[in-house]
Amino acid sequence: MNQNYAVPAVALVVVATVLVGAFGLRISRTTSDFYVASRTVGPRLNAAAISGEYLSAASFLGIAGLVLVQGPDMLWYPVGYTAGYLVLLLFVAAPLRRSGAYTLPDFAEARLGSQAVRRLAGAFVVGVGWLYLLPQLQGAGLTLAVLTDAPDRFGGVLVAVVVVATVAAGGMRSITFVQAFQYWLKLTALLVPALFLVLAWQSHGAPRDAFDEPATFREQRVVRVDDTLDLKLARPLDVTATGMVDARPHTDERIRLPAGVHRIERGTRLTFTEGDPVPVAERGSNGGMSTSLAAGREERPLYATYGLILATFLGTMGLPHVVVRFYTSPHGVAARRTTVAVLGLIGAFYLLPPVYGALGRLYAPELSITGDADAAVLLLPDRMIGGLGADLLGALVAGGAFAAFLSTASGLTMAVAGVLTQDVLPSRGVRHFRLGTVLAMAVPLAASVLAGGLPVADAVGLAFAVSASSFCPLLVLGIWWRRLTPPGAAAGMLVGGGAAFVAVAATMAGYPGTGTLHALLAWPALWSVPLGFLTMVLVSLATPGRVPAGTAAILARFHLPEELTGGPLPAGPPRTGADAKEMQA
Amino acid sequence: MSGFLAGLCVAVLPLLAAGFWIGRRTARPESLGGLGTPVEHATFQTLHTASLATPPLRAGLTEETAGRSARRLRSLLGTDALCLTDRETVLAWDGIGAHHRTEIMERLGGPLETGRGEAFRLGCDEPACPLRWAVVAPLTVDERVHGALVACAPRESAVLVRAAGEVARWVSVQLELADLDRSRTRLIEAEIKALRAQISPHFIFNSLAVIASFVRTDPERARELLLEFADFTRYSFRRHGDFTTLADELHAIDHYLALVRARFGERLSVTLQIAPEVLPVALPFLCLQPLVENAVKHGLEGKTDKSHISITAQDAGAEALVVIEDNGAGMDPERLRRILAGEGSPSGGIGLSNVDERLRQVYGDAHGLVIETAVGAGMKITARLPKYQPGVHSAGRLPRQ
Repeated sequence: MNQNYAVPAVALVVVATVLVGAFGLRISRTTSDFYVASRTVGPRLNAAAISGEYLSAASFLGIAGLVLVQGPDMLWYPVGYTAGYLVLLLFVAAPLRRSGAYTLPDFAEARLGSQAVRRLAGAFVVGVGWLYLLPQLQGAGLTLAVLTDAPDRFGGVLVAVVVVATVAAGGMRSITFVQAFQYWLKLTALLVPALFLVLAWQSHGAPRDAFDEPATFREQRVVRVDDTLDLKLARPLDVTATGMVDARPHTDERIRLPAGVHRIERGTRLTFTEGDPVPVAERGSNGGMSTSLAAGREERPLYATYGLILATFLGTMGLPHVVVRFYTSPHGVAARRTTVAVLGLIGAFYLLPPVYGALGRLYAPELSITGDADAAVLLLPDRMIGGLGADLLGALVAGGAFAAFLSTASGLTMAVAGVLTQDVLPSRGVRHFRLGTVLAMAVPLAASVLAGGLPVADAVGLAFAVSASSFCPLLVLGIWWRRLTPPGAAAGMLVGGGAAFVAVAATMAGYPGTGTLHALLAWPALWSVPLGFLTMVLVSLATPGRVPAGTAAILARFHLPEELTGGPLPAGPPRTGADAKEMQA
Repeated sequence: MSGFLAGLCVAVLPLLAAGFWIGRRTARPESLGGLGTPVEHATFQTLHTASLATPPLRAGLTEETAGRSARRLRSLLGTDALCLTDRETVLAWDGIGAHHRTEIMERLGGPLETGRGEAFRLGCDEPACPLRWAVVAPLTVDERVHGALVACAPRESAVLVRAAGEVARWVSVQLELADLDRSRTRLIEAEIKALRAQISPHFIFNSLAVIASFVRTDPERARELLLEFADFTRYSFRRHGDFTTLADELHAIDHYLALVRARFGERLSVTLQIAPEVLPVALPFLCLQPLVENAVKHGLEGKTDKSHISITAQDAGAEALVVIEDNGAGMDPERLRRILAGEGSPSGGIGLSNVDERLRQVYGDAHGLVIETAVGAGMKITARLPKYQPGVHSAGRLPRQ
């Protein structure tokens, strides 16, 4: 990778983000243009903004890495990330918009009229936001380390500083335009190189053995092991080694490794020849995104897949940075149209990372040994094409990756900072928002710097699991069930979300469980989501006296088109037909 | 053995804690009586019971509030049964002998009519029922009888008659306070309704005069202006809902500005910067238009050269920030302070204090107008509108374009 091109590309993305954010709407308009100025954000622009904010490092780099290492099973990730919006569209989008809520705590207050539930929802927003920010910062560190020789954590710090500076200085005023711009940037940054890569693949005779098990080397390849690891061989293998293999030093010797596990010390070089199967590496944690919770998967693959599907399908609706964007839609119908457009945009985007993953299996299979599988997207142009063209394409991909970190991180930071300022810090005001911004970023940054070696791999998946176990019951039951009570909502969020949080914390702390227990903790959604729903329903049924007054009127407003409702709430008797006619007149 | 002991200790600890907690809970009223003589002790307890019965009654006399306060009132009087009624039915019955409900309502006609208390013998078929006498004390608010407090006892007692009368008077005072609360709320609502849609008569007169001046020279322009005028008045006279969206309010301001510019022509220039993200924000109806009207008035006051007004609406996290700025004559801050405190001359800025008042009422005191001005330095008005506020929902949807 030639850093002469990549570094300017990253710098360009950062500068463009700041500029579009600050000046996107600073063009003064005279009254003759008033209608242009006051036109609301259309569904397509808003959908691009939501997609831009949503497609994070995990999508841009992580999925390709997962497919590279673990094969087509991992295609459930892009499917889940996309299908979450289908659930959102069917059950939540329009009623959520009609509720008038800006954030999830607002929704809790609007529906249940309880400050306690509001604060609890706020706490979960902060928790989910931090969990989601962590992998963004780590991904940035990894990217910058691959692109340049910067230390591992520098990229995370850079993203944190840029995001805090722009958000705190009010530079994200026209956030819709920034995020929409980021979406198209990310799509371009993956699409254009993908076209060239596919052409190169064609010119190599379009080999179709990408998903053969196991992957094989296409040509002679020297692999340098950066971290001590255990190689698991199914069959005996001949390699040329320089360094320590099984505690014996070798210097450029051809050795035959029998089937079984072999320890390769760090710094060792292994030379594989064409046609060799790629051995499976087992390692401790190395901070990469796609080391993943692989162990858990291998033990209970079916359970893990269902856990993943449930978490991503139901977790999307509770992501704080996604929810706030729906407020921009002028009404419920527009919110629905926006969601449909989001489905299209995200679906289009997610076609690309698996392509990189499959090509990576063909052309860079050794990445699964060195632990840099997430860098597959960044390294492929160089590997497949070479020359100046590859450098330029690589720079484009690097810029896109940074757009992914910046957009998701800034959206999350704003959402978390908003909740911190409103519900946690003492009084309101611009200064407090700045303080909230710093706080919102400081915690995940500290975690990523201090806990850099932890398997934060699936932190995104874990954030989804927590969100699915706490906010999905709150939103779905809040919108569709009139007997929900504040104690029920609080208990359900605490039990479901709390259990998911504990499981997540145990997993991230490297709790050395094995077998079923480890799988249960690593993929909590399958039991924690039903637990959350069940608790919410049972406690609500046990406290029938606490159903908020005016629930019927509130639900009517959630579900009826805006023309039919309106006026202050609780409005007492429902509006009559005469009122509705007057409104249309 | 030692394991068993340890287990026992662990089991006993929570029990001890629970016992301690329950002890603390039950001991609290006793600690009230720890002070003073037995008489003072009794006084404290009476006052305590009375204060516990107060909060429900402050919400008025309904079945729910009566039910919650009846138990406290009965322990205050120390009778076997106590009931609270309105003019038609028994709202709450606490204690034994609830089968007397209908009998009591039949006998209540007289006291409810005259407003005077009385005591009467209860006719009872059940030999086990100890209630033989009922004492009726009417509850009056503003000299009107709202209901009655009825205390039942086994025998006639002058003390009970006196005590029931006193308690009924005390309950009446609480109900009067509740009535006062209600009328205060009604007053605030009426104030909001009265203040919300004040478009100035001068503006109507001036607009019509301007339109008239174009009728011969430029009929097309006159027609357009008339339509703007119609749109603006339709918006400001609409009657449903107290809240609107920022988009609708800005449309009304646009119509208003079109009419004003027809009158002042080149002397007035306006710039708008509106972030599309904040257009769906709900806000009190007609609360920005008066600010623009104010800016127009101040901008053109005592000046012959060009005046400039800028209106910006920015997205600021959970709030929308609306700034209206003019480069006109400005105002002495001291005078502005008097106007906002409601002491100013009626001519100067009813609009400002009205908007300020309404914003404070809807969003709380932290969200009043922030005005920066000095004589000759123009005026900058900033309003912070939360994107979400409980109870604030715009009526109707945005017009489709």
